[in-house]
Order: sequence, then C-alpha cells, then structure tokens
Amino acid sequence: MDLQDYIAQADVVERDGAAAFQSAADADSLEAARVAFLGDRQGRVKGLQEALRGISKDDKPAAGKRFNEARTRLEALHGERKSAVSRATASSAGEDLSMPARRQWRGAKHPVTLVIEEIEGIFRELGFTVAQGPEAESEWYNFGALNFPANHPALDAHDTLYLEGEGLLRTHTSPVQVRTLQKYEPPIRVIIPGTVYRRDFFDASHAPAFAQIEGLCVDEDISFVDLKSTLNRFAERFFGASRTRFRPSFFPFTEPSAEMDVQCGVCGGSGCPTCKGTGWIEILGSGMVHPNVLEAAGIDSERYTGWAFGMGPARIAVSRYGIPDIRILYDSDVRFLEQIAGRGATVGGEG
Amino acid sequence: MNVSYEWLRAFVPFDLSAAELRDLLTAHTATVEELVALREDLAPIVVARVVEEAAHPDSDHLHVTKVDAGTGTLLDVVCGAANVTAGKLYPFALTGTVLPGGLKIQKRKIRGAVSDGMLCSARELALGQEHEGIMELVDIDVPPGTPLLRALPLGDMRLVVDVLANRPDLLSHLGVAREVAAITKRPFALPAIDSLAAAAVPSPVANQSGGRAASIDVRIDEPGLVNRFMGVVIRGVTVGPSPEWLVNRLAAVGSRSINNVVDASNYILHELGQPTHAFDLAKLGGSSVVVRRAKAGEKITTLDGTERALNAEMIVIADATRPQAVAGVMGGQDSEVTASTADIFLEVANFNPARIRGARRALGMSSDATYRFERGVDLEIAPRALERLAQLIVLIAGGRIDGAPVDLAYERPTPPAIALRASRVAKLLGQSVSVDDIAALLGSVGFDVDRTTGDLLVTVPTWRGDVTTEVNLIEEIARLRGYDSFPIELRPFRPGAVGDDPQWITSKRVREALVGAGLLEARAMPFVSGGEGFVRLTNPMSENEAFLRKEVLDTLARRAEYNLARMEGNVRLFEIGSVFSPRAGALPHEQLRVAALVMGRRQPAHFTDPKTPEFESWVRYGSWDAKALAELIAGAAYPAQSIALRDSDQPNVLWDVRVDDVVIGTVTRVALDAPVWAAPAFGVELSLGDLDSSPVAPQGRAAHRPFARGVTAVSRYQTLPSTPASEFDLALLVPDAVRGEQVESLIRRVSGKLLERVELFDQYTGRGVEAGHRSLAWRLTFRHPERTLRDRELDARRGDILRALDDELNVRQRTN
Repeated sequence: MDLQDYIAQADVVERDGAAAFQSAADADSLEAARVAFLGDRQGRVKGLQEALRGISKDDKPAAGKRFNEARTRLEALHGERKSAVSRATASSAGEDLSMPARRQWRGAKHPVTLVIEEIEGIFRELGFTVAQGPEAESEWYNFGALNFPANHPALDAHDTLYLEGEGLLRTHTSPVQVRTLQKYEPPIRVIIPGTVYRRDFFDASHAPAFAQIEGLCVDEDISFVDLKSTLNRFAERFFGASRTRFRPSFFPFTEPSAEMDVQCGVCGGSGCPTCKGTGWIEILGSGMVHPNVLEAAGIDSERYTGWAFGMGPARIAVSRYGIPDIRILYDSDVRFLEQIAGRGATVGGEG
Repeated sequence: MNVSYEWLRAFVPFDLSAAELRDLLTAHTATVEELVALREDLAPIVVARVVEEAAHPDSDHLHVTKVDAGTGTLLDVVCGAANVTAGKLYPFALTGTVLPGGLKIQKRKIRGAVSDGMLCSARELALGQEHEGIMELVDIDVPPGTPLLRALPLGDMRLVVDVLANRPDLLSHLGVAREVAAITKRPFALPAIDSLAAAAVPSPVANQSGGRAASIDVRIDEPGLVNRFMGVVIRGVTVGPSPEWLVNRLAAVGSRSINNVVDASNYILHELGQPTHAFDLAKLGGSSVVVRRAKAGEKITTLDGTERALNAEMIVIADATRPQAVAGVMGGQDSEVTASTADIFLEVANFNPARIRGARRALGMSSDATYRFERGVDLEIAPRALERLAQLIVLIAGGRIDGAPVDLAYERPTPPAIALRASRVAKLLGQSVSVDDIAALLGSVGFDVDRTTGDLLVTVPTWRGDVTTEVNLIEEIARLRGYDSFPIELRPFRPGAVGDDPQWITSKRVREALVGAGLLEARAMPFVSGGEGFVRLTNPMSENEAFLRKEVLDTLARRAEYNLARMEGNVRLFEIGSVFSPRAGALPHEQLRVAALVMGRRQPAHFTDPKTPEFESWVRYGSWDAKALAELIAGAAYPAQSIALRDSDQPNVLWDVRVDDVVIGTVTRVALDAPVWAAPAFGVELSLGDLDSSPVAPQGRAAHRPFARGVTAVSRYQTLPSTPASEFDLALLVPDAVRGEQVESLIRRVSGKLLERVELFDQYTGRGVEAGHRSLAWRLTFRHPERTLRDRELDARRGDILRALDDELNVRQRTN
C-alpha cells in the first residue's frame, strides 16, 4: 500500500469511528462502538495498525504519525462520550446528584488540645519530648523545690487550693521540672503540658483549672542565648511573627527571668486595642533555671545550667479563635466544639 | 506603681518622649503597662489670638471680638470677660469642642451678634478656680492654632509600672529615676524645691529603746517590733490647701490633695518610697509615743472611718493610753491632722515585711504604706525622708522644728559583698561581658564593684535587698545591658535523655480514636459537690464545688445537662483527665482516666433515612454503641493486651471492661437531670493508669534512671489465603438461660482451626419461636489454607456443632 492510500484509509476509520461514538446513546451502544473501532482483536484501529506493516520503510514515519493521530483522537472521543453517557444515565434514572452526602458525625479535639499539639510539634522539631506528673502535689514539689520563700504570697490560701489532709493542687506544671531533674541526668529537653489550679473565681478571663505548658532544657553550657534563640524560633513557627522582644521579669525559680512578647499581629506593632496600644502581645514567662532549683533536685548547678518557660494554651486559644469569654472553652457546648473543628459537624463538610 | 513623667524629669534631665521612656523602662527595668495622658480632655483646646475687640452694641458688659485660631479665617466670638484684650493669646474652644465640664460649644447668636467658639477661663478648663476673666497666656509665643497641651506644661503623662515582688526599690520616683539615669547614662538628683533647705533639721539622736523628741517621750516597748523608728516635733503649723505644684504632682500619680501636711507626707512617699505619718500632737495623750503590740480587745478607728479590732500580733503607735495608728498600715482618726492642728509629731519608721503582711491580712485592708512595707523599704532612707518631710512642711505650712529628731532601734546593716566571676557571667548568658562593662553596668545602679581581687567583689546597696547571690548580679548585668543585646542564634544541642511519657502517648492514641469515631473533646472543671469518700479542698471557692471528682463521667454528665438545657440532644463528648480519691496521711490517689458520654442520634439525619419509628430508635446511640466505644478505647489504650467486657450486676453498670482480666473501667447507663425528650445516655470510663505523686528522691538528691525505651505492640503478618472460603448459616433455638457467648465459644471450640469467622447476624423472638427461647442466627466461614473444602467436610462440622450444642447447652437447630 502506498502512503496516500494508507492515509485515506486512516481518514475513513477516524471519520466512521467519530460518528459511531457520537451517535452512541447509551453505555451498551457505546461499548459496541468501542469494540468495533478500538477493540484489541477485531477493532478497525487495530486493522489500521496491522496495515502499517505493508508500508515501505521510507513512508513508515509519516504513516505511523497518521496512525497515532487517528488512534489518539478516537480514544479521546470515546472517553468524552463515556462520561457524558454515564451522566445522562444517572439523571435519567431519577438521581439528583446535587443532594447531600450521607455523613457521619465529625469528631473534634478541644481547642486547647489543638494549641498544645501545635506547640508540642514545634518543640519536637527542636529535640524535646513530653514529661508528665501528678496534679495533686506536695508543697515541696510545688513551692519549696522551686525556690519560693516560705512567706511568698503565692503560698497564700488566697491563691492556692489546698487539699484536706495533705498536699495541694499544683499551681503550675513546674513540679514536673523538679521530678524530671531528679529522675534523669542531663541533657534534659522536655515540655510539660498539664492542668494547673489557682484559687481564681470562674469569670470571663479566669478559670480555677486551666492548661499550662512548660519547657525545660538543662545541659552543660545552656545559656540565655539558647533560651532566646529557642523561644524565638518557637514564636516564628507558631505565630509567624517577625519580631519578639524579651523584657525583665521575676519568678522565684528562674534568674535571670524574662517575659517574651511577640509583635502584635493585628496592628503590626503600631498599637491597637488587641495589644492595648503597646504593639506587643505577652506570650510566655521564661528564665534561666535558678541554681537553687537545680540543687534542690540534686543537680550540680556549677556544671549544669538550663532554661525554662511556661505559657497558657487557653489564653492563646481564646485569642486565636476569637473567643470572648474563657468559660466558653470549658462549657463543652457541642455547637462550640463543632465550630472550632471547622466546616460543620459532619465529615465531608458543606460540600 | 504610678509614675509621673514630669516628676521623673525633675530627677533626670532626659530627653525622651513618654513613649520612649516607656520602652526603655520596659526593656531594662520593669514593664510599663500603660501610658495615661492626664489632661487628654484638653486636647481639642487651642491657643488663639484676639485680633480685634469692641464693645457689644446691645450690652454693657459683652465684647465682640475677631479671633485668629489658626483656622485661616478670623472667627467672630462674643466674650463676656472684662480682661479680653486685642493682641493677646487665650485658650480657645472651637465650635464643636466639648469642654472638661461636658459643655459642648455651639455656634449661636448672643444678643444679635454671632459667636463662633469660646475664649476660656481657667475654671472652664479645670485648670484652677480662677473665673474672674479668661485665661491670659503670658510668656508664651506660639502661632495661633497650636494645641494648648503643647504650649503649656499641662500634659503630664502617667506611667503605670508593673513593679514585681523583687523590686520594692522601684516603688518611688527616686528608684525609677535611678534606673532611668543608669539606662540613659545621665546624672540624677533629688528635685530642687524652692527654699526648701531654709529650715535646718538638727541631727537625730540615736538610741535603742527610747528617747525624747522635744517634750515627747518616744519608746519602743519590746525589741524587734520595729526596724527603725524616727520622729520629730514641728510646732505652729498652719494647716491649709497645698500649693498648685504639689497638688499637681500628687494628681499625676493618682493621689488626691487633702491638706498641706498630709500632702507633704504623701509627696515623700511617692518621691522616696518611705511611708510617713503626721499625728496631731494635741491629741496624743500623756506626751508620749509608744511602739507596742496591740492589746487583746483594743480597737481603733482608722483614717478611712472604719473601726477595727486589733490583736497582739499587730503593732500600734500609741499614746500613753490607747493606739493612735496601726503601725505601717494606717493612722487613726483621733489624732488626724485637721484644720485646727497646730503642733505635729512626724513618724518615719521601718517595719518588718512579714508583720505588716500579717496585719494587712488580719485587718483586710491595704494602703500605700502596707504595699511598700510588705515588700521592704530601704532602712537608710528614713533620715533623708524625715529631713525632707520636715523641711517641706515648714516651707508650705509654716511652723518650726522643735528639737532634734529621735532615731530608735536602728542598727546599721552590713551590706552583703558578693563574689562575681566573669566566667560565670559568660557561661550563663552565653556571651562574655568584659570586666569593665560589668563594673560600669553594676555601678550605674549603685553597686560598688571592687576589682582588686581575682573575682569581682560586689557590695550591694541598701535598697537592693533582693540581691543576695551571684546569679542575682548576673541578672542585673543582663537586664542593664539589655536582653535585646544578646544574639539570636540556635546552637547545636545534645539529644535529651528523657523518653516520652507513656501516658501522654496513650492519651494521644485514645484521643485520636475517639475523634475518629465522631466524638468531641471536652475540658470540664474537675470540681464536684462530692461528699464522703471524695478529696476535699480546705479552701474551696464555693461549697458546691468543694470536692475533686472521683469520676470523669461525673463532670461530663453535667456538661451533657448543659447541652440539654440548650436544646441540644445529640451529645457525644469525651474527656481525658485526672480523678482523685483520698488516702489517709498521704497525697490523694490520682488516676488518669478517659470517659465518653453519648446520647441521641449516632449520625446526622439524611434524606434517605427510613421514616419509621424502628429507624428512629435504631439510629440513637444505644448500649451496643457504648460497648463498641469501650472496645475501641481499650484497644487504643492497651494495644497488646487482651480485652474483655463482662456484664456487671451493679446498678446502672452494663459491663466491666477487663484488660488481661483486671477491671479497668465500666460501661454504664448515665442518669441525667434531663428533659422528657432527651434520649437515654450511655457512658464509658476507663483508667489510663495511676499518676505517681510519691517523691522521686529525697530533697537535694537525684535518682537518675536510664532512658526509658518505649515498646510498641505490633501485629505480625499472616499469609493471606489464596483458597476460597465456604460458609453456612446456623439458625438456633436458644433457651433463655443460655447466653450468646456460650453458644459462640462452643461453636469456636468444636469447629477447629479451619473456622475463620463467626458472625451473629440475627435475633428473633415471637411467632414460630417456642416460649422461653429465642432464635439466634450465626454465619460461619471456614477456609482451608491449601485447598477447597469439600461439602462433606462442611456437613460433618455442621453435624458436630449441632450435636455438641444439643448435648451441652440444649440448643437445637430451628426448623421452621
């Protein structure tokens, strides 16, 4: 066969095939057309392919090109027609496919858990693991080992919930610092999420029980520069904040002590109601672990140094999710928990 | 602590805006929480020049003027003041301005003449009582239109400083000014007060337990009651209003002017941080002042008009017969300085912080004095405070100082000297600081640095009682240098020795499983109304939450009720948290628990749902769902262990959950205070293990443990079958006394190891099933790993099973 005959033959196959596909009204007739043209055994495209053998070597590239064009076009036409036919079939069977899916209830973690998990994830990248400890604690672990003087106002029954018989409800997660330091020899890099208690009346901005997350890093040659750098990295990752600032503070268990602020994301630092005009949002308290704390836990404070921080995930949650009253976090209203989970209560969401 | 910007500037000649000052103090010393512009109400008032002035044609006292207020056009203003003069400058309120008193200026006609704005008197601007005419601005040369606050020094700013517990030295302008001077590297000095030093105060006479100030016998009743007690007599004062500058200074820190003597005392408090008190000498009986313990049953009416009962732990300043002041807390009404006071006794004392805290708590009252004494007042400031106070009173209230002051109970403290290593500074801060810089930084706030020895020897100033160790000094260096001066550079670190807490990992697995099952995580307050067998708080906030929960479901049930009260009946909550139970003579037993509570629909409504009562009851969470939740939780929490649910005979408990045959939880029906439309509620509560609150090691000791390696339970691969399965159904008549579990375990036993799966797929009672029985149908699936099972092999098994069921359990095949 010469080249011109072959091309003419290919034109006919392509035209007939296109017509056959176009006119197929349902899945069965389309399938019949497919077998007739694109079928592996008897299909006319297959025949066209076999006819390539009779083409001279010089004409083969041109003929092969034409063959490929024809086959590609018919396959595409078949694909288009197939989806059109199946759509038509569905609607002709009376199904309105715009109707909602059959969904399951959507579960959700508590917003405070979401914040804790995000913080945890960032510190894991920096080599931290998670430590835990009891909420009912002794006075020594909660205060004494943390360098609180015996007459410190925090020990006041006004601020701390004491238990009948013995002990108290820990006022911070720091007792776990002491337990960890007693238990493990440095290097220590842990974060400590947990529930803590204060004798605060339940109001729009205070809860008597709330989450805290604390970090502790102790090794040889851990310095204030490490504190700043690690917490700055955390802020960059968590808030996407361009700037942090550290300012002097006071905690019995750290020295030097520092509060870390991040630049207000609402106003970008120029001052607004969110940051009370200062341009900064207070995020956490931190400092170099006081030598008395290390010594109380049996760690040589000349050899080892360290830093610690603490922050309140609930406060971060209320500002992140725009919650006007902290009690909403603890009411456990199903509608609220579903809201925070996002996209409604059901798996699949609002389509 | 309220600090006045202008007052500070009287100490240190700094050149900073209030905002810059705020940022510097916050960065180096203490956080400035707020900047308050004290006369913000005057912001809209401008300086204006009266260009023309003429008598009002229809009035004998009004003037019509043309005023240049910098607006570009001259304004017509009618003015009633006699002193209005063309060419002079006055404060001016444009039309629309609201005056400090609330009056809004409107454009109006006064006797036919238009008046567009108002020239203001001092009283109208709340700048004094002067109302004889409008306020002429003399010695001021600013263009009309300039805001008045910029033209006059009226705009003092208040800095609200958050002074932390370790820095009582910052509770005065002196202390804050010292910091400002150090940070800005400028000198500082006490503000000059005009002819203050005119009255010479004789040198105090020191003594331990008693002495005389003029004719007054001053006595300390017992050693240790007071750290220092100074006193002086001033005679012939004229009590009256304070001068303007003093009123303004006090107003700037939020203190109200009372009279010149009391104001002078308050001024010294805010200037030097030393609380002082003036007694009306005529009211002190027996010409004596005694510092003593209060006697049981003694009472005093304090300056705030409240009668207060005293106890022997409180110290009083008494005359010969009765208390006249609660020491370090508040003066008494009887000896208050009043308009008729002529002679006064000034007390300048220093009290023990713990004693003052005790008195403040017992009396339930705090004051500027308690605030400072509780935190510690510099023992060395007293003589300076006494001298300055006496001079100030003589200056503004007249009178003369009568005799030398007494100075009792004072012992000069030895200021601590602390060795400081530059190497330690570098180790802790992560950057070396030169010895020169260390000395300069510490020196700038009053530390004396001796560089003659190998290490530095640092002597602490008397006002810095908080500095006792080397690390305190290192903090001083860090903050004075500025925390921002330390670089941000993540340095290499060694991996930690601590593995993840296993309960944390377990909690995470359980939480993920429950969220995946469509439940919502709650966080409830763990306080309950409790009772016997609960852990009780000694100081609860209210009686109905005086106990700690013993079960998480207890608090979760209240959350369910909260939702029901809001008409939300589809509740599916879980919580992971601690529960507590009492242990005699020890900390409570604490356990980590997970609990879930479900009620209402187990899935949202769909348009394909059958609209039948059967479906409505089917779609609600039921006990079988709760059983599945328990299996889900237990499987997530105890992955490698055998889990079994056994029915329980306790009321409301459906099943006990056993892990390796130990009961670790229950599945229950939850009783709620619920409306009639509410669906039944089911609960699951499981232990995730105890929390150990015993000491890790004795105080000051370590009990180091090796890195704890986690063990992960895994299911091993089993070859997937390539042969076909065969199945048959067994419809059985089961007597009511026989439990499904018995039937199933018999089937498993008799079937042998080729049995792959047993499914209970139907239960039926009623027509066709004889009384005392139920019909249960199982589907059994068998498979041989290497070949297809033959029919007769299956038939043989079916026969074996039925025979055994009949023999052992009296269970027969259902035939109809």
